[in-house]
Amino acid sequence: MLAESLALSAALFTIGVIGVLTRRNAIIMFMCVELMLNAVNLSFVALSTLYGAAGQVFVVFVMSVAAAEAAVGLAIIIAIFRHRQSVNLEDINLLKG
Amino acid sequence: MIPSPQTELPVTGHPLADTVARFAWLLPVLPLLGFLINGFLSLRAAAHPGPADPTAASHHGHGEHAHGDADHGHGAQHDDHGDHGDHHPARHPAAALVSLIGPAVLLLSFGLAVAIFFAMKAAHIEEAYVLTLFQWMPTGKLSVDVALQLDQLSMVMTLIITGIGSLIHIFSVGYMQDDPGYPRYFAYLNLFIFFMLMLVLGSSYPLMFVGWEGVGLCSYLLIGFWYSEKANADAGKKAFIVNRIGDFGFLVAMFLMFANFGTLTYAGVEGAAAQLQVGALVATAIALFLFLGAAGKSAQIPLYVWLPDAMAGPTPVSALIHAATMVTAGVYLIARSATLFAMAPTAQLTVALVGALTAVFAATIGLKQWDIKKVLAYSTVSQLGYMFVGVGVGAYTAGVFHLMTHAFFKALLFLGSGSVIYAMHRAYHVTHNHEDAQDMRNMGGLRAHMPVTFYLMWIATLAIAGIPVFSGFFSKDEILTSVFARAHGSTLADASLLGIPGSTLLYIIYALGLAAALMTAIYMTRMMLYTFHGPNRTGEAERAHLKEAPWIMTGPLVVLGVLSLVGGWFNLPLITGGAIGPVEVLHHWLEPVVGRGALIVTHGEAAHLSHATEYLLIGTAVAIAVAGIAFAFARLKPDALVPAKDAPAEQGFAKVLYDKWYVDEAYAKAVVKPTLGISRIVLWKGVDVGIIDGLFVNGSALVARGFGWMGSQLQSGRVGTYAWVLVLGAVMVLSAFSFL
Repeated sequence: MLAESLALSAALFTIGVIGVLTRRNAIIMFMCVELMLNAVNLSFVALSTLYGAAGQVFVVFVMSVAAAEAAVGLAIIIAIFRHRQSVNLEDINLLKG
Repeated sequence: MIPSPQTELPVTGHPLADTVARFAWLLPVLPLLGFLINGFLSLRAAAHPGPADPTAASHHGHGEHAHGDADHGHGAQHDDHGDHGDHHPARHPAAALVSLIGPAVLLLSFGLAVAIFFAMKAAHIEEAYVLTLFQWMPTGKLSVDVALQLDQLSMVMTLIITGIGSLIHIFSVGYMQDDPGYPRYFAYLNLFIFFMLMLVLGSSYPLMFVGWEGVGLCSYLLIGFWYSEKANADAGKKAFIVNRIGDFGFLVAMFLMFANFGTLTYAGVEGAAAQLQVGALVATAIALFLFLGAAGKSAQIPLYVWLPDAMAGPTPVSALIHAATMVTAGVYLIARSATLFAMAPTAQLTVALVGALTAVFAATIGLKQWDIKKVLAYSTVSQLGYMFVGVGVGAYTAGVFHLMTHAFFKALLFLGSGSVIYAMHRAYHVTHNHEDAQDMRNMGGLRAHMPVTFYLMWIATLAIAGIPVFSGFFSKDEILTSVFARAHGSTLADASLLGIPGSTLLYIIYALGLAAALMTAIYMTRMMLYTFHGPNRTGEAERAHLKEAPWIMTGPLVVLGVLSLVGGWFNLPLITGGAIGPVEVLHHWLEPVVGRGALIVTHGEAAHLSHATEYLLIGTAVAIAVAGIAFAFARLKPDALVPAKDAPAEQGFAKVLYDKWYVDEAYAKAVVKPTLGISRIVLWKGVDVGIIDGLFVNGSALVARGFGWMGSQLQSGRVGTYAWVLVLGAVMVLSAFSFL
């Protein structure tokens, strides 16, 4: 059971990474980040059978932080969309030094 | 401030230790105290603006002076008294106090010096009394103490410095009375005496060097005393910079001494030098470098050019610093290093030859100068050359003797010229005439107006010309006789310089000495004739205002006149046989200090000539002096002279002499211009702007900016790129972990 859970977690994480790297739509990249978070949550839960309940506690923290992050992140994305009529990250390079 | 001498030192066993000599530290401290008080008074007046402000007064004085002063620029390098006299007395508020303190500290110092002298005379000391005050530089193998050395030589110098110094301080009270910078003047003068006493009283070369530099500083400050005229400030700078070349020689000599002897005290160096062979390379090298230092301070070829320009300072300064004391420091230095020089005959011949050439060269220039102080300046250079001939041939006593008599008669001549200039200046001031008060063509016939100065200056002139019974005769004759005597049977005669045998060279030096003596007699008589004889050329209106200086100025002149007259009795030649007084007093007095060096030169026995030869030499010298004076009287016509403003320009060779052989111009072309050029093109534009600014300052900024640009290129601003980099980094870190 543990091996399967970890394999699923790794698969989900990889999908999330690939999504972040390949897609340019901010919403989709955002969802891929959430996917990576939840992949990690899954491995925490799976590994808690071996290492005790501390992993499950982490999951609660991660989920609450992720919720807060989702609220802020979505708000930013909406603000960007209102400003530029686009959420394509190719168009947004304000961080250039 | 100066701790009392440490009694646990071994000097307590010295015969002088329980005498007044233990207060010798007061000798320099008294003038230093005078400097502090006068300097404070000067600064305090400057800090409280108002009528007491010397700067304001100075502007006032010079402003008054400059109105309608068409040829002021021309007179710029001459004495300028600010404002004398009748119209606007701008006397400094602290003048009375300064007049008291300035000369008083020196008179006290002189009194103490006289007391120590008598204690020393009574004690018959063979070894110097070294009074250690405190440790100065304890570093590794070198330890330098601040210690005063009292011996016969430093005693003579101290007496000259404090004695002549006192007289000149008193003279200055009259001469400078109306100058707005009066306290500043006395502060500098006191400071000079302090450093000069440190120079002669120090017990080691580094301590002498402190005094050496200190007197150089005071010389600079006093030459540029009237610094609002650019020419005066420039003359000060010239003196300072030319002296740096000499100081370099002094420093190198000290390094060599320490490297070879491991000590820098006089006693240590003399002891080490006595172990050397005659002609040792190390002694020659040290002696030549010391002579470079001496040539700078004592204005010898090729470094003499600063001294004539130094006449820009007040005339008493010229008398004290640039005639009687500071410029003789080089002679003192060589006499102090007598044994070391005795081990280096080649260096001695160099010293004597340079001295003789300087004596002749400066005398030729003196023949054609019109400025009364310039004549005396070149005369000083010439006489310093004589002293170097004396100490150069190992006749240290003769050199020091001439130093002493020269201090008497040259101080008298300078102070006398100061008295003349003072009278001229006052006369011109009353009538608002702006002629040159120092040009002899504007003088003439002053005999009737200032008889005291007239007679006293004739005494000094006869002394410097070498007329018998006057002081200069004995000292000059002793130098010439010594040169002649050493042409046979001395280390100098055996040595050679530039392939010329020493013996031949000494005869050449003797001949040069005679030539210089002839010219000295001519130019000094010329100066006296043009200044005091013939008709007066000052001007109709001014004539009534020409009058003798006040007693406070003529008083010191009288004392110096007596000394110039009888100064020869300090060291009568052996040949007089005691008929007119005890013979060779100074010689026996100085023997413990310079005797060893002098004997090495003459192969261990006193140099002597047959009586016939000696009479012949004296006869020649006197004949030449008389011939010079007679020639001047016969050929020069004061009656035919016209005032400076109507005078025609000099022609031919006279012009070459008047323009000082164009040495200053040659130096400007050969040394100053190239130095300036190299400084400007290589050092300034090349090294400073190019390498320091270009390469180091701006270069390092450029490199930093380059790295910054490279870093900024990574910041594309595309989040995608950042994510890729992040992931790649993470993968690399993880794979590194898994493979290691």
